[in-house]
Amino acid sequence: MIDYSKILNPAVTEIKPSGIRKFFDIAATMDDVISLGVGEPDFQTPWQIRKAGINSLERGRTKYSANRGTIELRKEISRYLNRKYGLNYAPETEILVTVGGSEAIDGAIRAIVSPGDEVIIPQPSYVCYEPITVLAGGVPVIIETKAENDFKVTPEELKNAITDKTKLLILPYPCNPTGAVMEKEDIEALADILKNTNIAVISDEIYSELTYGESSHVSPATVKGMRERTITVNGFSKAYSMTGWRLGYACGPQELMKEITKIHQYAIMCAPTTSQYAAVEALKNGDESIENMREEYDRRRRLIVTGFNKLGLTCREPKGAFYAFPCIKSTGLTSEEFCERLLQEKKVAVVPGTAFGKGGEGFVRASYCYSADHIKKALVRIGEFIEELNKE
Amino acid sequence: MKTEILKLLSRNAKYTNEDIATMLGKTEKEIADEIDALEKEGVIRGYKAVIDWEKLDGAYVSAIVELNVVPQAELGFEEVAEKVMSYHEVESVYLMSGSYDLNVVVKGKTLQDVARFVARELATIDSVTSTVTHFVMRRYKEMDVELCEAQADCRGQFIYD
Repeated sequence: MIDYSKILNPAVTEIKPSGIRKFFDIAATMDDVISLGVGEPDFQTPWQIRKAGINSLERGRTKYSANRGTIELRKEISRYLNRKYGLNYAPETEILVTVGGSEAIDGAIRAIVSPGDEVIIPQPSYVCYEPITVLAGGVPVIIETKAENDFKVTPEELKNAITDKTKLLILPYPCNPTGAVMEKEDIEALADILKNTNIAVISDEIYSELTYGESSHVSPATVKGMRERTITVNGFSKAYSMTGWRLGYACGPQELMKEITKIHQYAIMCAPTTSQYAAVEALKNGDESIENMREEYDRRRRLIVTGFNKLGLTCREPKGAFYAFPCIKSTGLTSEEFCERLLQEKKVAVVPGTAFGKGGEGFVRASYCYSADHIKKALVRIGEFIEELNKE
Repeated sequence: MKTEILKLLSRNAKYTNEDIATMLGKTEKEIADEIDALEKEGVIRGYKAVIDWEKLDGAYVSAIVELNVVPQAELGFEEVAEKVMSYHEVESVYLMSGSYDLNVVVKGKTLQDVARFVARELATIDSVTSTVTHFVMRRYKEMDVELCEAQADCRGQFIYD
């Protein structure tokens, strides 16, 4: 009989399946669960965008596109990034349309990291950077960002993490799950350390449209000295509520993009054509839809953050993305205990902070991709849970 | 801020001042004062529940009645509109552009009730020259609220995005 352990790649088999997965499988079997778990918008993709996709299908535009994506879409991306963030990328050579931001991150890491190279990853953050680095033979070097620094990467932390082997820094801002954003000064301080090094940066800006209050998104590549080393990753999932369309992009200097495009060309061929047509419409006429959704997220954000603080779970103001990241240390429980008991006792699902790195211990992630009424109900149950804990 | 408050209340009239204040980043007092003013000015005319009567035995029938009216000198359609809206059977009255004048939504316990009301009360008003009655067969959406069962949340297959 075949011995699968002999065929499978140990680099893959050694990637740990998440313990949290099991926990969410339990949630799926329970009735009447109020979830604050998911990380995708509850809005429909705006109708005019769906319509553009439908039109392209009706006209039979169902063939491969250019490897890099249709030139029309790349031109729109270029214009959009310029008018929104002041970025300048040439549609012909510096933009690659990918299957979601995920593929852009994967391609960028694979193009840069060779075995033994170190990749600096701030955590708590989205879960893909570490495993992709490991698959490329790289060594993840984790910076545990601190609540007291608003979960930003500080210059000291970066300096301490850099070694001779450092090849790449990931900048995941606005940040899932912490809601942190990096202001211009914060990025400048990092740029100062990176100048005169051969360290590249992947800036995952998938939540760039979702910032609140005074903060508006600063794209690292616009900071002095950063453009030449930065791959800017963005996409349509979060801003336009287009998660299932699987469309994103990577932009950067052509020397880097040329190589990432090779990987894309052989692994993917091209991003889905229907999605590309829809995305053109999104970029041309989607600003108002984005703003309406953003305003709604902002109202929910205030509701959930105020709610957690009233319950005594200190919650810093998340300035971007759509997650609250309250501290649950006051309960004396670990993140996983908190989430498990909250689910069992009150049927509310939130994600333990530890799912996003060890540094997430003491925190939980609560998404506000839910209606205000849903959030209010969840907060009432969490309130009951805290009250009962206090009585123990 | 007014429009913001009205948007929220038109979505859910049960939001407390505290809810609204939190969502808009204002104080409760600011919201209470603003809502008071909106009520006094007659911008907010009332708060009602959106009910799916079909879920109850006491379901009622309703009809949209198109009225053609001879407008009165000076008063135009006002007089007849006032007369029509004074009936408790009448849920709403609109003056319309196009092929008829008044759109009247009438409700009653049975089809016969409504038919009788239209024949006896509306059709007999002096300035009303004709009526066309359309019975409502099913309500799908009422005041922005969908009356069919909510679609299940199809998200959450993938939790780490």
